[in-house]
Amino acid sequence: MKFGVVVFPGSNCDADCFHVVDKVLGQPAEYLWHGQEDLKGVDCVVLPGGFSYGDYLRTGAIARFSPLMDKVVEFANQGGFVLGICNGFQILTEIGLLPGALVRNPSLQFQCHNTYLRVERTDTPFTGSFTDKQIIQVPIAHGEGSYFADPATIERLENQGQIVFRYCDAAGAVTPEANPNGSLHNIAGIINEKGNVLGMMPHPERCSEEILGNVDGRLLFESLVKGQQGGESR
Amino acid sequence: MFKAIITVNFKKSILDPQGTAVLKALKSMGYSGVEDVRVGKHIEVSLEAENIDKAKEQLKEMCDKLLSNPVIEEYKVDVAEVR
Repeated sequence: MKFGVVVFPGSNCDADCFHVVDKVLGQPAEYLWHGQEDLKGVDCVVLPGGFSYGDYLRTGAIARFSPLMDKVVEFANQGGFVLGICNGFQILTEIGLLPGALVRNPSLQFQCHNTYLRVERTDTPFTGSFTDKQIIQVPIAHGEGSYFADPATIERLENQGQIVFRYCDAAGAVTPEANPNGSLHNIAGIINEKGNVLGMMPHPERCSEEILGNVDGRLLFESLVKGQQGGESR
Repeated sequence: MFKAIITVNFKKSILDPQGTAVLKALKSMGYSGVEDVRVGKHIEVSLEAENIDKAKEQLKEMCDKLLSNPVIEEYKVDVAEVR
């Protein structure tokens, strides 16, 4: 599976994402500069974390108008895989590929620590390598990661099973104490209705290698790769 | 030439942690009468347009597309002709 990691001015997790897909997974990868319009034939677009355009105005607000993003929307509408991590998730909500918004953490703190997540679905292209309700540990690093949407949208996300990751405690209980940023319904990651666009605040690329002491995040990237291999052999 | 002052605020239903922090600070400074604080954005846009209606039309579009996020924010536009 060929991955494309988008680079905006202010992205700072692009090299980490590239490293994971290239060196850890051994997949072909390309950097995609935001100012051009060529997706270079990739199968999965990764919108990495960081502070695109300095987070000016609102997180992700200006990045969504980059020339490349029109192509990413087109690509997503045609069923291409899009993974938005942290700032990438914020961009996906700003551009409307995912519903809701990420607002400032009520604590007013930049939260930078490990969190437990419960994998709510394993039947998506992003989560096939996890086990049902698996509890994983993935770090967060954000000041504006509090997921918000109006009640009707939240209900729709719940009913359609679009909530893929939820903040939980070590035992998997979804509690207010385990919620690091006041996200509604402990939402850490959601998927679109079609199931090809995933956004999440935690950073799977920061926990994908033994040397980092945690490989839970690798399963997400592996899910994509294995899914494609499975599809080809069928 | 027109000059617009755009005020963007969180919707009432959205928690405004910045406003809450300022509220707490004001109270701790002794302003016990302060009941609520909301912190928003003040954006000034100068633009050329055929007339004030055209200017308003453009400004509304700018607010809807970029300057505010309708999911969480509301905005107000005050526009006047300037020389």
